Amino acid sequence: MNSERIVEEVKNVLGGLAREIAWRKGYLEVLVEATNIIEAAGKLKSMGLDHVKSVTAVDYPKESKIRVTYHASSYSREDLMGFIVGLSVDLPRDNPEMPSLVSVWDGSVEFQEREVYEFFGVTFKGHPDLRPLLLIRELAEKRVLRKDFVVKEESIYEGVPFKYD
Amino acid sequence: MTSGGLEAGGQIPGFIVKKIEKEVYEIFIGPQHPGSGHMRIIVRLDGDIIVEADPDIGYVHRTMEKLSEVREWLKPIPLLERMTIIDACNVTLPYVNALEKLMDKKPSTRASYLRVLLCEINRVASHLYGMGIFGVFIGHSTMYMWAFGDREVFLELAEALTGARLTHTYPIPGGVRRDMPQELPGMARRAVRYMRRRLEEYRKIFVDNPVIVKRLSGVGVISKSRAVELGIVGPNLRASGVKYDVRIAEPYEVYGELDFEIPVFEEGDALARTWVRVEEIKQSLNIIEQAVNWLETHKGEPVIAKEDFDKLPKLHKEVYEREGRVKFVPAHATMKIPAGKAVARGEMGRGEIFYYVESDGGITPYRVRVVTPSARNAIVFKHVVPGHTLMDLPAIYGSIDYFPPESDR
Repeated sequence: MNSERIVEEVKNVLGGLAREIAWRKGYLEVLVEATNIIEAAGKLKSMGLDHVKSVTAVDYPKESKIRVTYHASSYSREDLMGFIVGLSVDLPRDNPEMPSLVSVWDGSVEFQEREVYEFFGVTFKGHPDLRPLLLIRELAEKRVLRKDFVVKEESIYEGVPFKYD
Repeated sequence: MTSGGLEAGGQIPGFIVKKIEKEVYEIFIGPQHPGSGHMRIIVRLDGDIIVEADPDIGYVHRTMEKLSEVREWLKPIPLLERMTIIDACNVTLPYVNALEKLMDKKPSTRASYLRVLLCEINRVASHLYGMGIFGVFIGHSTMYMWAFGDREVFLELAEALTGARLTHTYPIPGGVRRDMPQELPGMARRAVRYMRRRLEEYRKIFVDNPVIVKRLSGVGVISKSRAVELGIVGPNLRASGVKYDVRIAEPYEVYGELDFEIPVFEEGDALARTWVRVEEIKQSLNIIEQAVNWLETHKGEPVIAKEDFDKLPKLHKEVYEREGRVKFVPAHATMKIPAGKAVARGEMGRGEIFYYVESDGGITPYRVRVVTPSARNAIVFKHVVPGHTLMDLPAIYGSIDYFPPESDR
């Protein structure tokens, strides 16, 4: 299947739900509204995109938004295996909240939504078990992958008094 | 307590029925346990049947995604390969591919073949490591000794090619760091011959051993539809009957030109997963042979992209001609990459690895997202383990070849 045909198919399947469809390097990005995401994900799944490779979140403090992308692909349709469709949604940075897609994509997103929750503070409504996966609670509260958490480079002499007496 | 309800319902008269509330025990396995790796699994037991398992995998977090954002473009390569040092070329190659997509750069064909050669050496070593650990988990210490001993052959091969046993830092955008030394094709062919013979011995002592067959068949069965729903990857997916391998689905480097097969098994149990690994080692050995044959007969092309090579000063070119290694100009360390978003994936020994790299045109990545195969296989603990007995847990853990430092990056 060539790339124009997959764009056509995604457009037909999603109908008016897609706000924007564009090729990035290596995947087709489809932007939808947060309120429509369960419906859009269900339609993509019925098309054959049966699992999610990555739940990717990116913080854009200048535009005051967090973009969450579900990079989905297929194990069951051979012509779709070579393609990745990124179902994206923009969330407000001060209160990022969206419906969980565990009801659609099951185990392939369960742990990764927990990761996005702890690193970005995005709340997934309807997630069966939303709690930090990799970080301890104190660290998760700092939303470490957001841009306003700055990594401080420590020198190896940090705190050692600079005196040679 | 006599049960009035039962008597009233006409049960055997005089018989006393007691309702026993079974107790559920909670056991914490790990993180300091020989059968857990650097992680903890919280299991709830009814007798010795696991009713619930909760993998607690965050014990070795090294904030790699965050650190990648504060380091210049080339520096995450040696950082990211720390996720899986036993599979170091496979784990960093898709990151390099993502940078190449952003830069619109193609590696030279010779570099592609060298990358594939190292990837397959890594794959064999990774499978041997997995099988060795699996041997320990189910009490088969001979398998552990043999697999770790034979893995050494492939580590030495990798060392001859790159200069490092484990952390090779070999691929760079546009090429690789060193050319192949003269004696490598001979070494590789000997290693391949040796390993083919050894696999026959592995079959006799491990995968066809009646004790092992009895222990593993029917344990940890993942059906085809369940495997797809859980989104698991690699040999675990192919053992459940799904024919998916990134090397075929979206061929990268020169995998499209090589001749190899994707072993698929239908059973979906721990034994099938072990068989997939054995068969994959055979395929990797075939690829290693093809790669060294090609590299021997096509000499003369530089191992970095031609436009980069032409820009090198005279001294650097001389070093390359004399020693076959690429000496970089400092501009490489602070290079800028055009703004954009790229996705790249590759097939590691344990399965598919996924990278999302975003650039805003600066000297460091804006965002690096990496999803490793073990991170996607971790879900098996939660959804497949319940219903098995506690003694099956090590067998399932070993058979999915789960590697905590890779999952918790």
